[in-house]
Amino acid sequence: MSVTDAPPAPPVKAVIRKPSTRRRLVPYWLLLPGILWLLVFFALPMVYQASTSVQTGSLEKGFEVTWHFRTYWDALADYYPQFVRSLLYAGTATLLCLLLGYPLAYLIAFKAGRWRNLVLVLVVAPFFTSFLIRTLAWKTILADGGAVVDVLHTLHVLDVTAWLGWTENNRVLATPMAVVCGLTYNFLPFMILPLYTSLERIDGRLHEAAGDLYATPATTFRKVTLPLSMPGVVSGTLLTFIPASGDYVNAELLGSTDTKMVGSVIQSQFLRVLDYPTAAALSFILMAVVLLLVTVYIRRSGTEDLV
Amino acid sequence: MPVLRLLRRNLVVIAGLLTLAYMILPNVVVMVFSFNRPEGRFNYAWQEFSLDAWKDPCGVADLCGSLSLSLRIAVWATVGATVLGTMTAFALVRYRFRARGAINSLIFLPMAMPEVVMAASLLTLFLNMGAELGFWTVLIAHIMFCLSFVVTAVKARVMSMDPRLEEAARDLYAGPVQTFVRVTLPIAAPGIAAGALLAFALSFDDFIITNFNAGSTVTFPMFVWGSAQRGTPVQINVIGTAMFVIAVAVVLAGQFIANRRKSNAGK
Repeated sequence: MSVTDAPPAPPVKAVIRKPSTRRRLVPYWLLLPGILWLLVFFALPMVYQASTSVQTGSLEKGFEVTWHFRTYWDALADYYPQFVRSLLYAGTATLLCLLLGYPLAYLIAFKAGRWRNLVLVLVVAPFFTSFLIRTLAWKTILADGGAVVDVLHTLHVLDVTAWLGWTENNRVLATPMAVVCGLTYNFLPFMILPLYTSLERIDGRLHEAAGDLYATPATTFRKVTLPLSMPGVVSGTLLTFIPASGDYVNAELLGSTDTKMVGSVIQSQFLRVLDYPTAAALSFILMAVVLLLVTVYIRRSGTEDLV
Repeated sequence: MPVLRLLRRNLVVIAGLLTLAYMILPNVVVMVFSFNRPEGRFNYAWQEFSLDAWKDPCGVADLCGSLSLSLRIAVWATVGATVLGTMTAFALVRYRFRARGAINSLIFLPMAMPEVVMAASLLTLFLNMGAELGFWTVLIAHIMFCLSFVVTAVKARVMSMDPRLEEAARDLYAGPVQTFVRVTLPIAAPGIAAGALLAFALSFDDFIITNFNAGSTVTFPMFVWGSAQRGTPVQINVIGTAMFVIAVAVVLAGQFIANRRKSNAGK
C-alpha cells in the first residue's frame, strides 16, 4: 500500500473546536461590573446634572425641566470672576509646579545616585498625612508676623507682589499668593512623578553623545533632555491643572472672600444655597472648559497616545 | 570665586533640594505643632511644649470615630475598586471588543474631570433617586473614582507581561484556572498591589467628593475641614504625624528588606 492511499488526516478544524458560547462571553462578564459601575455612577449622573441645569423651580415646589438655558448665562454673568480666577490660579500653580518640579525630578533621575529611593520616598511621604492637615500648616507658615512674611517684607518682596496685586497690607495669608502657594504645594507630586518617569527612561549616553559633539549643558538640555521628557511634561501639567481648576480647599482655607474659586461657588450653591440648577450649570461649564482646554492641549503637544 | 562656581555647577541639585524642602516643610510644621499647647481654639501659633495631645489622641469628641469610619470606607472602597478594576483591566488587555474606544474613554474621563464636577453630578443622581446620603453613598462614590486608577495600574502590568509564560504553563498541562492562579496572578500582583494602594490612599484622603455625598456622616478629612472653622485640636496634628511616621517606617523597612535580599542574592 502506497503512502498516498492512506486515509486523509482528519481536518484540523475538527480538533480546534469553536469556543463554546460560555467561553466567548467571559470577556463581557469580566468587563460588565466595572463598566456598569462607571455608567451608573459616573455617566448617568452627568445626564442628571445636564437635566438639572435646565430646570426651574424651588426647593419647596420641586424642580421641573423647562429647558431654561438662561441659567447658564446668568451663572456666567454672576460668577465669571470666579471662573477667570480659577483658570488663572490653576494655570499659575501648574506653571510653578513645572518650574519647581523639573529640577527635583531631574535630580532624582540623574543626580541622586544611591539616594534616589530615599528622595522618592520623601516626595511621596507627605501624601501619608491628610492633605487638609498639611494645607492648614500653611496657615502657620504664612502667618502674619511669621518668619516667612518677615523675610519677604525685609527683602521688599511684598512691595513687588503688592504692586502686582498678589498680596496686600504686608500680609500673605488671605491673598491670591497664599492660594497659589497652597495649590502649587498640593499638586507638586502629581507633576514630579510623571516628569521623573519620563526622565528616567532617557539613556544617559545621549547626554554624553551631546557633550562629545560640543553641545553646552544648556544646549543638551534644550535639544535632548527637554524634548525627550515632553510626555512627562504633558501628563504632569494635566494632572496638576485639572484638579487645581476645580479645587476649593486651598481657596477656602488660605484665601479670603476675594480669592474664591469656582469650586467654592459650586459647593455653596449645592450644599448651602440649594440652588441646584445654577450649581449644575456652573459645574457643567467648568467641565466643558476643562475638557476643551485639555483636548486642545493634547492635540497641540502631539501626544495623543497618552489617552 | 569658588563658592559661586560651586553654586553654578550644582544649580539643579540646589533647586531640586529647595523644592524638596518646600514639600516637606508642612509635615515638619504639623509634627512640631503636635507638641504645642495652644492658647484659644486654634493651633496656628506656638505657645509652649506639651505632650498632652500625644497622651490622649482620642480626647476630642468624634475625632477617632471619624478616623475609624474613614479607614472602614477606605478598606471597602479598595476591595471593591481593586476587584472590579482588575477584572476590567484583564478584559481590556486580553480580549478584543466592539466599542473599545468608548470603554477606554469611560475609564479615562473620571481621571480627567475636576473632582467637584463628579461630586456635584453624583449628588444630583442621589437626590433624584431619593437615596439617603451616608456611608453607602460615600462608598459608591469612592469605588467610582478609584476604579479608573486601578484599571490603569493593572493594565500597565498585564500589558508588559510575556504571553509565552502562560503558553508554557498550558503546554505543561496546566488547566486554565491553574494557569491563572499559579502564573498569571503572581505576575500581575505588583500591578494589582500598586492599584490597591493608590485606591486606599485616594479614598482615605478624599474630601471634595465625600463632602458632597456624605450627608451628615463625618469622615476624617471632613472632621479636619470642620475643625478649620470651629477650632483645630492638637490631636489632629498627632494623628497626622503618626500616619506620616508609620507610613515612612513601613516604606523604609520594605526598602531595607528588598536591599538585603538583593545583596544576599548577589553573593
